[in-house]
Amino acid sequence: MSLGSFLLRRLGSGALAILGVTVLVFAFLHLVPGDPIDHLAGGEATPEQRAQLEHCLGLDESAGAQLVTFLGHVADGTLGHQCPDPEHKPSVAARIFAVMPYTLALALAGMLVGIVLALPLGVLAAVRRGTWVDTLASVTALSGIAVPMMLFASLAVLIFFAELGWLPGPTETGPLALLLPAICVGTHLMAMLSRMTRSSMVEVLDEDYVRTARAKGLPESRVLFVHALRNALLPVLTVAGMQFGSLLTGAIIVEKVFARPGLGTTLLEAITERDYPVVQGTVFVIAVIYVLVNIGIDLAYGLIDPRIRVR
Amino acid sequence: MKAGAVMFAVFVVLGLLGPWLAPYDPTHVDLALRFLPASGAHWLGTDSNGIDTLSQLLWGARDALVISVCVVTISATIGLAIGTLAGWYRGIVDEVAMRIVDILMAFPGILLNIAIVATVRRPGLGVVIFALCANGWVGYARVARGQVLALRERDYVSAARALGASGPRIMFHHLVPNLVGPALVQITFGFGAVITIEAALSFLGLGPQVDYTWGAMLAQGTAFLWKAGFRTYVLVPGLAIAWVMIAVNLVGDGLDPRKRGTL
Repeated sequence: MSLGSFLLRRLGSGALAILGVTVLVFAFLHLVPGDPIDHLAGGEATPEQRAQLEHCLGLDESAGAQLVTFLGHVADGTLGHQCPDPEHKPSVAARIFAVMPYTLALALAGMLVGIVLALPLGVLAAVRRGTWVDTLASVTALSGIAVPMMLFASLAVLIFFAELGWLPGPTETGPLALLLPAICVGTHLMAMLSRMTRSSMVEVLDEDYVRTARAKGLPESRVLFVHALRNALLPVLTVAGMQFGSLLTGAIIVEKVFARPGLGTTLLEAITERDYPVVQGTVFVIAVIYVLVNIGIDLAYGLIDPRIRVR
Repeated sequence: MKAGAVMFAVFVVLGLLGPWLAPYDPTHVDLALRFLPASGAHWLGTDSNGIDTLSQLLWGARDALVISVCVVTISATIGLAIGTLAGWYRGIVDEVAMRIVDILMAFPGILLNIAIVATVRRPGLGVVIFALCANGWVGYARVARGQVLALRERDYVSAARALGASGPRIMFHHLVPNLVGPALVQITFGFGAVITIEAALSFLGLGPQVDYTWGAMLAQGTAFLWKAGFRTYVLVPGLAIAWVMIAVNLVGDGLDPRKRGTL
C-alpha cells in the first residue's frame, strides 16, 4: 500500500472515531437530566432571560439540530460560542487554543522525560538480566506504576520547591517551571516504557544479527544502541503512542496540582461553570490531538522499520 | 505473585470489614480536633475537619472495593458477552461492535468518564460506576473476540456443532470457560485501573461526593501540603492506592504467561 492511500485510510478512520466521540459526548451532555440554564442563569433569572440563554446555547432546538449546529461550529473553526453574551466573549476555540500550548508542552515534555529515562533503564535491565540492576529497574518501574500521580506530584512540589527550593513551584509558567510537572507526568510513562524496552531488548539481544554485529568486532555501545535498540524500539514506540492519551489526562491532574493553565484546567473550570459548549469543545480538541498523534505514530513506524512501509 | 495475592487479600478484607474496624465515624466533624498528629486515640491523626484519618482510610477502602468490584464485574460481563457474540457471529454484529470499540479506544478513557460524571451535579457511587463502565468493557470485548475467533476453529467446537449443539450452547459451555484465563489477567489489572481512575476523579472533585474516598483524601492532603505537621496525611491514601496497585501488578504479571518471570 502506498503512503498516500495509507494516510488517507488512517485519516478516514480517525475522522470516524472523532465523529463517534463527538456524538457520544454530545449525547451524554444533552440527554442526561440536569439543566445548565439553572446554573448559568442563577435563581433570580426572569423567564425571558432564561429563554434568551436557552436560545444562545441552542437548547431550544432538537438534539439532532444541536448536533448539526455543533458540527457547523467545528467546520467554521469556532467550536461554538460562550453564553451568555457571545459577542463579547471569545469563541470556544479561542479560549481553548489560548491554553493549548501549555498542555501540549507539558505532555510532550512528559513524553520526553519518560522516554529519556526509560530507554537507558530498560536497556540496562536487559543487558544486566537477572542481576541486582535488573531487580532495581523492575522495582523502579513498579513504583512508577503504583504510586498515584497525585501523590507523586504533591511530594515533588513539597521536596523540590518547598523544602529544597531547587525548582519553581505552582502557578509559575516559565520554561524551568515545566521541568517538575513534566517529571510528574513522565514518571508513569517511564515505568511502562522501561518494562517494555527491557522485554523487547531481551528478545532482540538473542537475534543472529546482534551476534553478527558483535562478531564483526563492533563496540558494545554500537551493538546495543544502533543494532539492537533500533529494532527493539517498535513495540516501545507503539506503547509510547498509545500512552499519549494518558499523558494528556495526566496533564489534567498535574495542571491542578501545579495550578497551571491548560486544557485540563479549562475543562474542569467549564465543568464547574456548567459551560457545556466549552466542555464539548475541549473534549473534541483532545480527541483530535489524540487521533492525530496516533496517526503520526503509525507513520513513524515506517521510518524505524522499513518492512512496514512495503506492507 | 504470592506476595501480590496476600497484599490484595489484605485490601479485600479491610474493604469488607473496614466500616466495623473503623474506630470513629468518617463523617463526624469536630473542629476542636483538627490536624492532630498520630496518637493512641487517633492512630493516624485527624484531618482538617477533625475527622479520624484511620477511619477515613478504612471507609475509603470500602468505597474503593465496592466501586472496583462493581465496575470490573459489570465491564467484564458486558465486554465478554459482546466480544463472544462478535467473534462467534462475525459479519455485521462484529463490524458494529468493533467500530464502537475503535471509537472508544481512539480516545483517552478518563475524558469520557469526566464528561459523564460532569453531567451530574453531585455524583454518587452509582454515577461513578456507570461512568467507569461506559468504556470499561472495551478491553474485555477485544480480548474475548480475539479468543473466540481462534477458538471457533478448534476441533471440539466443530464436534459440538456436528452433534447439533446450538450457538448459545457452544458459546456458554465451550467458549466462555476458555475465555476465563485471559480475562482473569485483565480483570486483575482492571481493579488497579478502576481504583486509580476513581481516585483521579475524586481528586479532581468529580468523584462520589464524600470526604473519605482515597482520591478526596489525596485532594485534601495536597491542599494542606503547606501545613507543617500535616504533610504525612497525603501519604496515607497515596500509599493505600500504591498498595493495591503493587498487588494487582504482581498478581497480574504472575497470571500472564507472557510476562511470567519478568518481575
